[in-house]
Amino acid sequence: MKTAVTNVVFAGLGGQGVVKASDIMADAVFRCGHDVKKAEVHGMSQRGGSVSCDVRYGKEVFSPMVPAAQADYLVVLSPDQVDNNRQALRPGGVLITPDLVDATKLENAKSLNVAMLGVLAAKMDVPIEKWKEAIAAALPEKLLETNLRAFETGRHIGARL
Amino acid sequence: MSERKLLNGDEAVAQAALDAGVTLGTGYPGTPSTEILENLDLIGGRAQWAPNEKVALEVGLGAAYAGARVLVTMKHVGVNVAADPLFTATYTGVHGALVLISADDPGMASSQNEQDNRRYALASGCPMLEPSDSQEAYDFVRTAFDISAKWKIPVMLRMTTRVCHSRTVVQAKAKAANVSAPAFVRDIRGKVMIPAYARPAHKLLRQKLGEMAAWNETSELNKVIVGSKDLGIITSAISYMHVREAAPEASVLKLGFTYPLPIERIRQFAAGVTRCVVIEEGDPYLVESIRAAGISVEGKPEMYRYGELNVDRVKRIIAGDVSAEPVPPRGKPPQLCNGCPYRTVYEVLKRLDCIVAGDIGCYTLGVLPPFEAMDTCVCMGASLGVGLGMRHVLPEQEARRVVSIIGDSTFMHTGVNGLIEMTYNPPTTGHVLIILDNGTTAMTGQQEHPATGRTLDHGPTNKFIIEDFCKAAGAKNVDIIDPVSKPAEFEAMLKGRLASNDLSVIIARKPCLLAAGKIREYEKINAEKLASASYCKV
Ligand SMILES: Cc1ncc(C[n+]2csc(CCOP(=O)(O)OP(=O)(O)O)c2C)c(N)n1
Repeated sequence: MKTAVTNVVFAGLGGQGVVKASDIMADAVFRCGHDVKKAEVHGMSQRGGSVSCDVRYGKEVFSPMVPAAQADYLVVLSPDQVDNNRQALRPGGVLITPDLVDATKLENAKSLNVAMLGVLAAKMDVPIEKWKEAIAAALPEKLLETNLRAFETGRHIGARL
Repeated sequence: MSERKLLNGDEAVAQAALDAGVTLGTGYPGTPSTEILENLDLIGGRAQWAPNEKVALEVGLGAAYAGARVLVTMKHVGVNVAADPLFTATYTGVHGALVLISADDPGMASSQNEQDNRRYALASGCPMLEPSDSQEAYDFVRTAFDISAKWKIPVMLRMTTRVCHSRTVVQAKAKAANVSAPAFVRDIRGKVMIPAYARPAHKLLRQKLGEMAAWNETSELNKVIVGSKDLGIITSAISYMHVREAAPEASVLKLGFTYPLPIERIRQFAAGVTRCVVIEEGDPYLVESIRAAGISVEGKPEMYRYGELNVDRVKRIIAGDVSAEPVPPRGKPPQLCNGCPYRTVYEVLKRLDCIVAGDIGCYTLGVLPPFEAMDTCVCMGASLGVGLGMRHVLPEQEARRVVSIIGDSTFMHTGVNGLIEMTYNPPTTGHVLIILDNGTTAMTGQQEHPATGRTLDHGPTNKFIIEDFCKAAGAKNVDIIDPVSKPAEFEAMLKGRLASNDLSVIIARKPCLLAAGKIREYEKINAEKLASASYCKV
């Protein structure tokens, strides 16, 4: 069943910026005027364990959690977290995996999360300035330029997919 | 009107408390409640960590007796610690207002059990509200303060991990007007719970609950979604959201004020539908209360008592599906950080084949491979009592291998009581306590505690000196060692202490790797503050 709600799942390991990426995405679609819900489970994830976050948006969103096999997009930040999260994706959904972006080629490898958002942005129907506003609101001034460039790198990669 | 914001439930609670004119926020960290007080501090409220939840509730109670509006926060198991004052606070009531946040963790994202604290509302006679998203967390905190002030009783807001940690859209309301300033009002019969005064106080509590139940019958905290007459669902909290998605056609009675329940309203709703199902996460609290009132409703099969609900599980409950559920693939478990100072300690404990009575914190991860060097973990502070109990009854050779191990924040929380027991009833083989002092409450995100010498906002305060306390309590040997730079000395020391019949404390002191930089920064700022003439030392 395709509902009027768009479902995005972010997954990775603690310390990779999975929560941050999902916060930015939630803020970007919130800035577009959508109803938005974002779920995450913190807890022991600080210690390098698996982390995943759900972002849902549309006219009206009820549950904050994406039901099984209903993600329209699945963004995975760590190669070893693809298999255990694949079941979140609906048939025909878009899978964005970390091998698309070479983190070592980024100015700062820590911007991988934002670069992956760039790839996602290229696949989604959300105005680019809303993404940029959300990135600017989420990051400290001194990291902003590097991350905006990482976002652009991601968008170029996404556009070629 | 203020702007709409995307807030998580904890942030919404903090904002609501501030807007309700809260004078003081107090609590003890615990996922998923921790961010409430951190945010209250950030947005300009007064917030402080207590050494444990019992003390937090008592401080809150004192402030509320004195007429203040108070927010007290804790995770579900924290209410166990605070239960003693809670059960009598409902008798005494308050002069100002007190809202107690209980953040439950169905599914145990990061807890040792999944107790359902709605049972506490019932058991202690504490009115309870349950929000289903951040907007309701905001609105219900505002209303909870009003209810508390009107009936002069503590009110519990029962949240869950999903509500605390999900971001949803929030529109704040105008700040509360006419919040009266704290002032002492003598009320000896109402506040001193000797039996002669407690007997009428209990009756007063039941009278208040009766009035609230009547008020709740028409309260806007509960609402009906009119749908099909064939299927009616009674629900509360996050389950409501899953229900709306799983059964968009159903009629729904969504309860927000869930103790004392609006029983006549429930009866009326149930009578108006052909099939009435109660959908709730955790224990069968609603379904049992509703059935006890003689209303016939369906509950959920026992298998759905475990873990969180979600849209798929709610669909299964409605369909009466009790077939095995798909098991989601396992993710990567958390582990002790590379470079964590505890690693050395656990290597030694494993090598010496110690019997380890453990406690709760990051260091509980010592139970996982490659260490597997923890034998028990029950609740905060239990390492001491459990280790001592084992020492008392095990044959000597085994008793000598028993070690209690506890973190610094946990030691402050309830470990101190266990240490007093150690010196009061020493086992014949003595005992060894290892305090893992990493200078922070690492597990819940690096909060301060009394032994860091810094307050919630990282400013300076009096520092509790753990080693002085252990000596004063009567431990014979109290040593401080950095297990990372001196692993061999640490091992030799532990061996020696285990062989003796002494009561020994070994403080393994080395800052948490993730916190060390920030701690240095805070200390620098605080040293400057204390040096400046204008700063008044506490
Ligand atoms: C009664 C209770 N309150 C709060 C918690 C949440 N909690 C678990 S461990 C912990 C403190 C851990 O700090 P510490 O003992 O210093 O160990 P560290 O994580 O730094 O290793 C807290 C607050 C709990 N489990 N039980």
